[in-house]
Amino acid sequence: MTKKILSWAFIALVLAFVYAPIVVLIIFSFTDATILGQWGGFSLDLFKRLFTVPEMRKMIVNTIVLALLAGVISTVLGTLGAMGIFYAKKGWGKVLQGASNINVINAEIVIAVSLALVSSIFVFNMTYYSLLIGHVAFCTPFVVLSVIPKLKQMDPSLYEAALDLGASPAKALFKVVLPEILPGIVSGFLLALTLSLDDYIITSFTKPAEFDTISTYVYNAVKNTAKSELPAFRALAAVIFLIIVIVVVVLNVRAAGKNKQIAKMEKGKK
Amino acid sequence: MAVSAKKIAAEPVLEEKKSCGLKGVFRRSFLGIPYALFLAMFVIFPLLLIVFYAFTDKNGAFTFGNFIAFFSSGTNISNLLISVGIAFITTAVCLLIAYPVAYILSRFKSARTYIFVLLFVAPMWINFVLRAYALREILNLLGLLGKTNFLNVIIGMVYDFLPFMILPLYTTLIKMDKSLEEASADLGGNGAVTFFKVTLPLSVPGIISGAMMVFLPCMSCYVITDTFGNSKIPLIGKLIETMFGTASDWNMGSAIALIMLVIMFVTMLCTGGFKNETTARGNAL
Repeated sequence: MTKKILSWAFIALVLAFVYAPIVVLIIFSFTDATILGQWGGFSLDLFKRLFTVPEMRKMIVNTIVLALLAGVISTVLGTLGAMGIFYAKKGWGKVLQGASNINVINAEIVIAVSLALVSSIFVFNMTYYSLLIGHVAFCTPFVVLSVIPKLKQMDPSLYEAALDLGASPAKALFKVVLPEILPGIVSGFLLALTLSLDDYIITSFTKPAEFDTISTYVYNAVKNTAKSELPAFRALAAVIFLIIVIVVVVLNVRAAGKNKQIAKMEKGKK
Repeated sequence: MAVSAKKIAAEPVLEEKKSCGLKGVFRRSFLGIPYALFLAMFVIFPLLLIVFYAFTDKNGAFTFGNFIAFFSSGTNISNLLISVGIAFITTAVCLLIAYPVAYILSRFKSARTYIFVLLFVAPMWINFVLRAYALREILNLLGLLGKTNFLNVIIGMVYDFLPFMILPLYTTLIKMDKSLEEASADLGGNGAVTFFKVTLPLSVPGIISGAMMVFLPCMSCYVITDTFGNSKIPLIGKLIETMFGTASDWNMGSAIALIMLVIMFVTMLCTGGFKNETTARGNAL
């Protein structure tokens, strides 16, 4: 019994550490006092600023558009890459897989400066393309890693059966292989999305000068504390957290709708 | 550049050829060509460029000078040691917090355990810089900011990397064959013996992959040191940033990047901790 209480206490303590900053930030997003900890009366002003200050709106939209673009491109490229790796002759598959894994191990800063080097030598400055390429280079290996296990699980004779029954290779891939590996593709896409949304280092090196994402905008603002938008970040954190909560709840409700046993098994598999 | 892709394509795959029959020369391994080209252009080539710059001086002449300059500077060596030290302490603290959490969660009997797992992972989806800002505000509120730089950096690192440690540990512990623990208990092993002789050794793969997920990014995560350490704690990653940024010494920057790269790959090879790489990031979803 004491063991159980201690366990719960420990879990609660760690959760408190994890959530205290977020909760405090959310509470103080409902007041417009500049300094955190001071309560200047209830106000939704900080939330309004997110949508009315043009700079803020721009960087939020930039972040989302970039993440979606990078997510889609890396998913397509990564899925094709995963199939290439899986179906290639052993040696070449290994070479491609190894090359793909480089950026998984590599430090973000090294990826960032190496791409910045290429851009500044051949293009002379950073463009939206260098930024997008940076994100795709960073995200795609993770898509590959989430698709390959699904290819391994798949029954290899399905594709051949489709060919024998007269399907063209393209048709067989779209109608037979793709549906089988779809869960891996979807989780790869979501992973690419979160990696892109979260990235700071690669973005800061490959972005054009006047372009900002949430990461670079917040980072620069925190560094030059003279800037006045700092309080608005509390509202930004609150909104992002709300979105996460909604997504998690929706996913859970859907999962609960399915057979609980299946959900449990899948979690075990993961 | 395209050589590798061409060669991949050139390899005949006999079985497939048979089954394709008259369907032409299409082979499924061709699908990897776009990615192979992309990797060659935007991963391999940039890294080769780093190697080139690291071994040349400003005029493009071959030299070991950058490395000699790096390793003969006391500040650089101490920065390197501080980076490794911070990464090591962060990893240790994360492990000490994450192992009990993962252990307790893996022992929950309820079908709702995954909600708790999600609770620990969810903060990972808030923007990394924004999350650091949140913690910074709290430290500011507590009056710690600017006073205990080193401690703040460790707190910041642990705060940001904790979920990366919890997930691989949890996945390893939940997959573990529970009957082994029961067998140990049946054979007279008490709780502690069972834990240290059975559970802990079996969870080593999870520990390694979690440690890699924390240790490697920590060394270059200058966002945290800038946010929490008043930019006073120098990380090797920050050094690279300065060389390519304000100092604009690409050769030196490339040399340090190469040193960093070597450290990463050696750590990986030594631990073999790559296999479960995705368990932390990938399965958060």
